[in-house]
Amino acid sequence: MSEQTAELTVGGDAAQPLGVYSRPKGGGGWRDWITTVDHKKIGILYGGAALLFFFVGGFEALLIRLQLATPNGTVVGADLYNQIYTMHGVTMVFLVIMPMAAAFANYLLPLQIGARDVAFPRLNALSFWVFLAGGLFLNCAWLFGDAPDGGWFAYSPNTGVSFSPGHGMDFYAIGLQIAGIGSLISAMNLIVTVLNMRAPGMTLFKMPVFSWMILVVQFLLLFAVPVITVALFLLLFDRNFGSNFFNPEMGGDPLLWQHLFWIFGHPEVYILILPSFGIVSEVIPTFARKPIFGYEFMVFSGIAIGFMGWGVWAHHMFVSGIGPISVGAFTLSTMFIAVPTGVKILNWLATMWGGKIRLNAAMLFATGVVSMFTIGGLSGVTHSLSPADTQQTDTYYIVAHFHYVIFGGALLGFFAGFYFWWPKVFGHKLGETLGKWNFWTMIVGFNVTFGPMHILGLNGMSRRIDTYSPGFGFELWNMVATIGVFIIALGVLFFVLNVILSARRARGLPPEPPDPWDARSLEWFTPNPTPVHNFDEDIEVSSLDEFWHRKWTTDENGKVVRKATAAEVCQAGDAENVHLPSPSYWPIVMSAGMPLIGFGLMYNLWLCVPGAALVLMAIYAWVFEPPDDPDGPFGHGHDDHDDHGDAEAGDESASDEGAPQEEAASVE
Amino acid sequence: MSSDAHAVHDGGTGLSNNKLLMWVFLGSECLLFGGLISAYLINRNRFGDGPAPGDIFDIPFTSVSSFVLLMSSLTMVLSLSALQRGDIRNNRIWLWTTALLGALFIGGQVYEFTTFLREGLGYTTSPFSSAFFTLTGFHGVHVSLGIVMLMSLLISSYRGTLRKENSETVEIVGLYWHFVDVVWIFIFTVIYLVPSPTT
Amino acid sequence: MSTDTPTTEATVAEAHDDEAHDHPTDAKYVRIAILLAVITAAEVATYFVDIGPALIPTLMVMMVVKFFYVAAWFMHLKFDSVVFTRFFVTGLILATAVYCIALTASEFWSKG
Ligand SMILES: [Cu+2]
Repeated sequence: MSEQTAELTVGGDAAQPLGVYSRPKGGGGWRDWITTVDHKKIGILYGGAALLFFFVGGFEALLIRLQLATPNGTVVGADLYNQIYTMHGVTMVFLVIMPMAAAFANYLLPLQIGARDVAFPRLNALSFWVFLAGGLFLNCAWLFGDAPDGGWFAYSPNTGVSFSPGHGMDFYAIGLQIAGIGSLISAMNLIVTVLNMRAPGMTLFKMPVFSWMILVVQFLLLFAVPVITVALFLLLFDRNFGSNFFNPEMGGDPLLWQHLFWIFGHPEVYILILPSFGIVSEVIPTFARKPIFGYEFMVFSGIAIGFMGWGVWAHHMFVSGIGPISVGAFTLSTMFIAVPTGVKILNWLATMWGGKIRLNAAMLFATGVVSMFTIGGLSGVTHSLSPADTQQTDTYYIVAHFHYVIFGGALLGFFAGFYFWWPKVFGHKLGETLGKWNFWTMIVGFNVTFGPMHILGLNGMSRRIDTYSPGFGFELWNMVATIGVFIIALGVLFFVLNVILSARRARGLPPEPPDPWDARSLEWFTPNPTPVHNFDEDIEVSSLDEFWHRKWTTDENGKVVRKATAAEVCQAGDAENVHLPSPSYWPIVMSAGMPLIGFGLMYNLWLCVPGAALVLMAIYAWVFEPPDDPDGPFGHGHDDHDDHGDAEAGDESASDEGAPQEEAASVE
Repeated sequence: MSSDAHAVHDGGTGLSNNKLLMWVFLGSECLLFGGLISAYLINRNRFGDGPAPGDIFDIPFTSVSSFVLLMSSLTMVLSLSALQRGDIRNNRIWLWTTALLGALFIGGQVYEFTTFLREGLGYTTSPFSSAFFTLTGFHGVHVSLGIVMLMSLLISSYRGTLRKENSETVEIVGLYWHFVDVVWIFIFTVIYLVPSPTT
Repeated sequence: MSTDTPTTEATVAEAHDDEAHDHPTDAKYVRIAILLAVITAAEVATYFVDIGPALIPTLMVMMVVKFFYVAAWFMHLKFDSVVFTRFFVTGLILATAVYCIALTASEFWSKG
């Protein structure tokens, strides 16, 4: 095996031509983090960045609610208000929920399928840094005092230069374009990972539901991101190069934007919610001590949602004048898509039914998802009916609906995931008492905030207005909603406290012993926190819930009895000389070039030159950097011929130039 | 050898990661070009006071450049087949030919664009003109990137690192190249040959 | 295929080649290219010869045939794993379906 490495490095190492650097050797601290290609570290980076943006987006939410607390609010002006609600939406959708899902996917997917890493570790690092570049670029708009102000779905012609003369919508178009590149790379990477890197015996239908949902989401991203890429390019060209796609004065068609945006936008809704469905499908069986009810139904309903999600987009356009036939057809398809979602709810309930439920923080949040998402799903069905929707469009009823789905569904699901997998990631549990405070304040605050919005909406309060006059009957419920949002903030504070206090409590103590929850899937074979090489040896998988079946069996009376303790089943995590992919400088360097190109497009085209040069240089160095650093801490061991690591390094170094070049090109 | 066991066990397809990545990417590209083509189709009769597509397209000229791109697919596949036989010399010859044919196509596009510009069809003239230049421009950028990839292959060939063992690299670049070609097959028929509105 | 390249990846690829050993010859590729050229000539001929209402269906059929031949032979889908075909066809069908619906909703077919 070692001849192979030698052979592969000949091109780079022997001659060391210009621009070929050896791999970073680590060095500890922050240097490890910015050059890492380890899927676990990248997962943590995603999670940290998403939390940071969550605080930003949450702060914007507080401002919105303060402004609307009383009639004729004067906290912010109309112009600033437009920017705040736009950035709140954009941040929460693209910079919080999506990357938080990516955090869970990155950390857990390789572990759940029994792999050593993802298929393309460097591309994985690139996805993260590109996402971060896009997110920071978007928020830079605040520094220029010119944030996007056209709503998160940026309807034209509002977003054209005549109505939005500043650079705000350019920040929107370019920032989302950059973040989208990250999502696309990550989607391709994880699809290949699931298809090619599973442990022996791990057929697709032995994968945990979480892995399945992540796979479906990656397919949705794969096919939806290019659609918004087109839309954003057209918007960018309209605004900067004078094209006429959405400009009605020149005969352009604002509906084209709506179609393109929502062809992406509705699959996006499932991109936001399915990861949480996956998390809940792991948490509920564990704490109900029952296998998931109807595993196949769970998987197939997820796939069905993935398919049907492509045929319902125009329900966002019922009042846009798309004609009665389109409205009728999309009404029907939208009503049908509630079916697979309902299947999931029923399966979760059936899983809990008759189980020995442990109602700890993780399980509380999971039940929160099931109940709150059901409310959001039901209000969603009410606007699948186009006559009702005509009444509801652009009112607070819609705002209430999608917050029940995205906050009550996606976000609460992530909290369930935090409490469940915290010991896996950080080696200690989060505190249960504060966890329960965290849950109850959030769920109460959430309902107090968004419940009244149903009433406000049906009473006719428009969304996106910066203030309202007294006397319409809006005063009471707006004040209630504002009180609610501070209760939510309190809940988030409990979470932050919990993170800090539990870390402090765990200091100096040995890490959490393996399998703290009597869990079911492959990631729990590893000790806590997960060692850098994941598994000591490949796990031979023979059933769904492999880990659980190694611990438990049924005796002759059909009673579940323990056949092995977790300590006996878990791996020690002490394997040595495991070959791991080497870290790389180039993902972060490449991503740094992209915002430069973005600023160049807005302010001075010359700025694009250093940006593009940085990207091209990074691609060049990426392609030619040696696959391994033989002297580094990640060097080759002598016994690596039977692990996945070898194949990974070989695969990646052979040439994956096609993809990164492509991506770099599409921002230029 | 243990790798055989790797290839066939239930945990994977046994297919090359790189090749799979390229195919996944091409699946995604279908949606990108689909969007651009739809944006064109919706706008093709919105030419305002500017030239209409039916008046301005030069079918004989575009037919020639379409033929050039089509033949570059042949030379691409011949270069791969040469390398798979271990025939480095012919591999290089066909790579060069493919890159040249691609450059010829791009040259044709530049000529077409400048002609249109002279005839009064600028990027900002009408929704039709914007959509036309955007669609064909995106395709042209894809072809140009393909040429860059071909040149990188040639560089690594002259450095001695492009050998029979890594013919898969050529195959993957070829997949991209053929994809760009089939997109043009679609564009040539739907945008040029299907009769367009005239003034 | 008994080469001594020890890479895992190469061995996998070659093991796969063994199954689909009938890679077409160069002569076959050239024959397909000639076929493609002939179809292209026929396509261009429709610009000069009026064939009435059959025009658009004829053009579409010829386009699909060309598309198919390039994908099946030059992109090796005919010989390669069906997984690749599935990815490509999924993208194609999804794009066709979604954008055709969008064009329909924009009244493209009736207004041109
Ligand atoms: Cu929707």
